[in-house]
Amino acid sequence: MLEIHNLSAGVDGKEILKGLNLSVQAGEVHAIMGPNGSGKSTLAQVLAGRGEYAVTSGSVTFNGVSLLELKPEERARAGVFLAFQYPVEIPGVNSTVFLKAAFNECRKARGEQELDAVEFLALVKKKTKLLELDPALLNRAVNEGFSGGEKKRNEIFQMAVLEPKLAILDETDSGLDIDALKIVSGGVNKLRRPDNATLVITHYQRLLNYIVPDRVHVLVHGQIVKSGGKELALELEQRGYDWLLAGAASNGKP
Amino acid sequence: MMDTLAQTDREPATASFLGGELGPGPAWLQSLREQARTRLGEIGFPTTEQEEWRFTNVAPLRQWPLHAAEPSARSISSADIQPFRLAADGYCLVFVDGRFRADLSTLPGRDAGFQAGSLQNNWDSDDARYMQQHLARYTKDETNFFTALNTVSFEDGALVSVPAGAVIEPPVQLLYLAASERPGAAVHARNLIVAHSGSSVKVIETYASLTEASHFTNAVTELALGPGARVEHCKLQNENERAFHIAAVQAVQGRNSHWLSHSIATGARLARNQIQTRLNDEGAEAILNGLYLARGEQLIDHHTVVDHAQPRCESHEFYYGILADRSHGVFNGKIFVRQDAQKTNAKQTNRNLVLSEHALINTKPQLEIFADDVKCTHGATVGQLNDEALFYLRSRGIGAALARRMLVRAFANDAVERITLPQVRAYLDQLLTGLFEGLDTSLSSHDR
Repeated sequence: MLEIHNLSAGVDGKEILKGLNLSVQAGEVHAIMGPNGSGKSTLAQVLAGRGEYAVTSGSVTFNGVSLLELKPEERARAGVFLAFQYPVEIPGVNSTVFLKAAFNECRKARGEQELDAVEFLALVKKKTKLLELDPALLNRAVNEGFSGGEKKRNEIFQMAVLEPKLAILDETDSGLDIDALKIVSGGVNKLRRPDNATLVITHYQRLLNYIVPDRVHVLVHGQIVKSGGKELALELEQRGYDWLLAGAASNGKP
Repeated sequence: MMDTLAQTDREPATASFLGGELGPGPAWLQSLREQARTRLGEIGFPTTEQEEWRFTNVAPLRQWPLHAAEPSARSISSADIQPFRLAADGYCLVFVDGRFRADLSTLPGRDAGFQAGSLQNNWDSDDARYMQQHLARYTKDETNFFTALNTVSFEDGALVSVPAGAVIEPPVQLLYLAASERPGAAVHARNLIVAHSGSSVKVIETYASLTEASHFTNAVTELALGPGARVEHCKLQNENERAFHIAAVQAVQGRNSHWLSHSIATGARLARNQIQTRLNDEGAEAILNGLYLARGEQLIDHHTVVDHAQPRCESHEFYYGILADRSHGVFNGKIFVRQDAQKTNAKQTNRNLVLSEHALINTKPQLEIFADDVKCTHGATVGQLNDEALFYLRSRGIGAALARRMLVRAFANDAVERITLPQVRAYLDQLLTGLFEGLDTSLSSHDR
């Protein structure tokens, strides 16, 4: 589904990703772990199409399409979804109006019928239950005045409504207490299907107790230095990242 | 008449027009007009040398083929005015090229509990006495050329008078339509709104054009709010892109009165609004809400004055501007706190969204405080669309153009939401959506 080949990218002339390779198949959950500043969030932003990040080399193929040539909205319509680490507050834009516009733009792009207000609200009602999200939040402006936990839950709620092919969860666990973490990961698990994939970006192993990955990758200095099964996450939890940092510095490549 | 003759005649004709021919009316009004005409000469035609007119050049008016608007050649039907009528359940006074059209208007009946009609139809009546009491008593004729000119020359306008204690629910719309096909038609519109003690009324003042011909509107609205009176006044200006629109709105507020003022300016080549209130007795409160959207070569200027004359009054001012293309916005917000006005609470905010590198905004707060126990704050911002918000919307599948329009609309949202009349909000929603669709908002970076 997703093939990242030798991807290098940076911001303001500073290279952050340095020849990253990754392959994700449909139905899989991959975890990207790594210390602060290793490039985890940059990878998420580059995949979603954030304009500030310049791709200097490499390719990203998503279901046979060259992802890097698409605008952010085109990527979303193709089925890429980024759950933001810091969801943006947008005063004056109503949550429901926003999500309905997004939902219908995605459907239109797939040649599907747009939903009218009544149909859409029925869908929304169903999905709020999945995330135990207070429906009253949807009458407010996008993320405005939401608590940290509400913002994260709202991200996964949007994901539930938009039903992406590839979901990228950028530090979705940060700022969540254990109850919220269970709800959010429960939501993610319910959305798992054989034809979609999830990329979980996290600093801590904790989230992976709830969203169990098929593969775990360690990102250090803009490269994946080690990959393994879910047991790798536990090893990182015990040993930290230092033993991998040393290796990355001397080898350059995994 | 031959063209050459018309050309040579134009200058003096225009000059004499701006010099002020006396409008009609009874003796008491004529004496007001003559006083105002004396002041006209003293003030002189505004130039950009004057601080008050520094950014707003009205000199082109003198080159216009200005003439008093004639009765419209084509007949205007109720179908023509329908798109501008905002409240089906309310009252509407229609003026076409400055002339009152009773046939197109919906006036309050005898049992409506208040009075609304044209000034002309009332200035000879028994009510003329209180018109004398209020008319031209609050405006700053002595400093504003166009206000004085209006007093000298106005032909007609609306009178709205609400007796003590009356609460009028259906809104009263004053609808001014320019219908002249001949360029340069001028209308001096004059409105007087009197809300006696404890009364309440909502007035919508609309200015629009039915043709594309240039025209000049010089409007003055005076509002007198008695003790405890509540007035919502909504001025909507969407004249055509050749029009010059100059307007003054002056309120005087009694004890514990409440004035909610809106100025929504989207039209005209050049628009200047003076929105002013004098908080004249304790406990009065004013909310000044404004939204201006300038595109193309438009200039939209707001000068506001909040005059805290007495203690324990509150004013909250919010003016939001959206500037696209090569447009120019001007905001000047004066707050006076007089020596007696202790315990004043005054707040002013002016926010501007600049969508083009060729657009310009001049914003200036002006606080003059002579009392020592007061709370006054002001703030002005000039910014562009938020790239992070834009990316967030696009990352959900919303196209760049729509995402930008959503954010521009969101910027205007607070101003629209402050209007309590749902009909006006619905109208603005439609108007703004239409305007934003044509807007070039591409300044924001990271478009790919």
